[in-house]
Amino acid sequence: MQGVVGGGVGAVSGGGGSSTSGASMSTVSNEDNLVLSSEDSSSCLDESELELGLGLSLGVGMGACKAQQSLRGGQYARILTAKDFPYVGSSASASVSSSSSSSSSSSSSSLSRANVAGTKRSADSVAAANGASQVVGWPPIRAYRMNSLVNQAKLPATEVFNSLIVKSRNSNPAVGKGTSSACVNAKEKGQLRSSLFVKVNMDGIPIGRKVDLSSHRCYETLAQKLEDMFATSSTIMNSRRSGGEEHDMMVEATRPSKLLDGSSGFVLTYEDKEGDWMLVGDVPWGMFINSVRRLRIMRASEANGLAPRSEESNGGQRIKPI
Amino acid sequence: MNYFPDEVLEHVFDFVASHRDRNAVSLVCRLWHRVERLSRQRVFVGNCYALSPQILIARFPGLKSLTLKGKPHFADFNLVPHDWGGYVQPWIEALSNSRIGLEELRLKRMVVSDESLELLSRSFANFKSLVLVSCEGFTTVGLAAIAANCRFLRELDLQENEIDDHSGHWLSCFPDSCTSLISLNFACLKGEINLAALERLVARSPNLRSLRLNRAVPLETLQNILMRAPQLVDLGTGSYVHDPDSETYNKLKHTILKCKSIRNLSGFLEVAPRCLPAIYPICLNLTSLNLSYAAGIHGSELVKLIRHCAKLQRLWILDCIGDKGLEVVASTCKELQELRVFPSDPFGVGHAAVTENGLVAISVGCPKLHSLLYFCQQMTNAALIAVAKNCPNFIRFRLCILDPTKPDPVTMQPLDNGFGAIVQSCKRLRRLSLSGLLTDWVFLYIGMYAEQLEMLSVAFAGDSDKGMLYVLNGCKKLRKLEIRDSPFGNKALLTDVGKYETMRSLWMSSCEVTLGGCKTLAKEMPRLNVEIINEHDQMEIGSDEQRVEKMYLYRTLVGPRKDAPEFVWTL
Repeated sequence: MQGVVGGGVGAVSGGGGSSTSGASMSTVSNEDNLVLSSEDSSSCLDESELELGLGLSLGVGMGACKAQQSLRGGQYARILTAKDFPYVGSSASASVSSSSSSSSSSSSSSLSRANVAGTKRSADSVAAANGASQVVGWPPIRAYRMNSLVNQAKLPATEVFNSLIVKSRNSNPAVGKGTSSACVNAKEKGQLRSSLFVKVNMDGIPIGRKVDLSSHRCYETLAQKLEDMFATSSTIMNSRRSGGEEHDMMVEATRPSKLLDGSSGFVLTYEDKEGDWMLVGDVPWGMFINSVRRLRIMRASEANGLAPRSEESNGGQRIKPI
Repeated sequence: MNYFPDEVLEHVFDFVASHRDRNAVSLVCRLWHRVERLSRQRVFVGNCYALSPQILIARFPGLKSLTLKGKPHFADFNLVPHDWGGYVQPWIEALSNSRIGLEELRLKRMVVSDESLELLSRSFANFKSLVLVSCEGFTTVGLAAIAANCRFLRELDLQENEIDDHSGHWLSCFPDSCTSLISLNFACLKGEINLAALERLVARSPNLRSLRLNRAVPLETLQNILMRAPQLVDLGTGSYVHDPDSETYNKLKHTILKCKSIRNLSGFLEVAPRCLPAIYPICLNLTSLNLSYAAGIHGSELVKLIRHCAKLQRLWILDCIGDKGLEVVASTCKELQELRVFPSDPFGVGHAAVTENGLVAISVGCPKLHSLLYFCQQMTNAALIAVAKNCPNFIRFRLCILDPTKPDPVTMQPLDNGFGAIVQSCKRLRRLSLSGLLTDWVFLYIGMYAEQLEMLSVAFAGDSDKGMLYVLNGCKKLRKLEIRDSPFGNKALLTDVGKYETMRSLWMSSCEVTLGGCKTLAKEMPRLNVEIINEHDQMEIGSDEQRVEKMYLYRTLVGPRKDAPEFVWTL
């Protein structure tokens, strides 16, 4: 980390403060042992000038200090990395390990899952653009609320679909437009964009496709869409494609995907914001949506022995054509 | 002051309702103290470790309603380890062994076990009201005990608790003779519910005013319930999903027209947006709307709904409403007093769901706004200054910029001036939460101007001890201060140790405070409990130079608590 000297961190008091520059360094710059002079800025941050600065037109008295402040601003406005949050890893692990018996264990473990996942990301990333996902207890949202957000992102579309009467006007297989809930929740919750098209390439097929991620709300439907898209290649097909477009939405949603369980010989991967290729399915849907840049359906043999995520519902069950 | 007989004094004191006023009354003289305490029925205990149940019972023998708070606020964000404390059991035990005729118990951030609930339900014949907020440790078994044994139960209100759901059976435990329910809120339960029992319960509760359902209650049941309880004032829907062409939905539309009393609407935990038009007729009369768990409602549908809600005073929503949506709120909801905008995607980045523009629009359109909780992607000084000018009535102002140290994106400056404007303009400000890039300057402003400030939350802010000192010196009414990840150390902590006895509590985590500093403080102030939470080095006694990870101190009459777990040291 480059050290930015000047624009004293510790100095707000006027002249000759006993400002304890040693102990009072900002935690942001903790790891860097910045030596910050407290004298440079004392002149402009003299309290006697304060009178000028206050009032709703704040900033008048600060004019002289703009240069200093913008320097300080520049110093602060750097990208936060894992080094800036030295307690993240340990706290996350503490929250994982501390829950054993009671009812709150589910909450703390599901939240810590989100945090631990965030921790892993921070450890990997060099320039994490977003500090928010890496810090324990931030943003300050009550754990109960956080859990319901996370859970909504992962809800599979099961019983809710079954309880609906799907009329013909809802036969649009583009999921997400239905009147149902669980997956709509996941979609609406995170998908603030109106559309999010990403490229999809499949090994062995020179021409790629594009898929709109925001019209999906869980991995299952995405994988099925991809399987449909690349159905012309016989590899994943084996199908259960009994006739074109009229898929009953219920079936569409609840069929486990061959792409996801690895039975097709292909593995679904994605490139994330940081340029790493990751296996699809590890993180909650909302998190995936926010970091995915493009998709690749990779031959399992090339995937370096990555074990595809196995669906809990699979067990040993094979997918039968409908 | 012997002019009046005690009964007259007591009668006068009956008109003094608020806790603070009654506390003030009790300080006037011994006579008033005695009359006040003997006639006091409602007691609020902000920190359950500040006193003991025995003290409470001795002082207020006429106690009927008790409010207790347990864990520190930052426990909400998983900063406090699981077994830290806050058990209600000793309180219930002590109360049940006494002659207190408890009728109402309100708990926040406490650990409540099924045994406690069972004991509660059996100990007080006249028990009427149980309100649990952000509590944990109990299951539906405990709820069943409450339902079965509290013969005159009027209120069972469960808000955002973590409850292990064993079965929906508990609803059936309300005996047929129970007809006294006024308020029932089980929205936070995750499991199934006996729907028939629910409908029967509603049918025999003519006084039911408030009903909040959980996700397991489908739209058909909602329709049936509303048929039987058109007098509801407060409704929280469960699952609001159906085919809008169905007969059930049609029936619902007609039934809702009869529910003219609904003023408070929430829920929509699952929602089919095409069914929303059924509720438009009641939107006209709504004063409170909570859609913060309705992740299934898209921004545009949200806006359509809100256009009908001209009388809204309180609105809780998700940020998918967007800045444009907030402009609609600003032009529609002229009576708005409280607004909370929650993030629908807390770990997301970049997509500016709401920004400073939405907030400014609200401030222009809703001058009566006094309470705000706003999660946003960014904020500017200019916006905050404008908001301060437009809305000088803020009592609660809590801003959370999702990136915790983000400066003003236009000027790249810290947000000191913006918050400074807020505290200067809002003379009645009692609660403030800061975020964004902040230096010691903001604390200087707070210390100078925030004269009524009682609670301050600080994260990733400040440059030196001076920041914290400005606040401790300047805010005379400060009661709760919670700080995380800020560079305040021993000097700030120890300069004015007497201050902490005037406050309820102080939380500092990931700051520069050392073990030695905490020890010094504990030594000088025996009436404070200075607790250190040390999660990793379990029993290692570090050097005094070691920085303390989490410190929580509070004033107390009863010394170190006996139920502290291993990782909590009271110095």
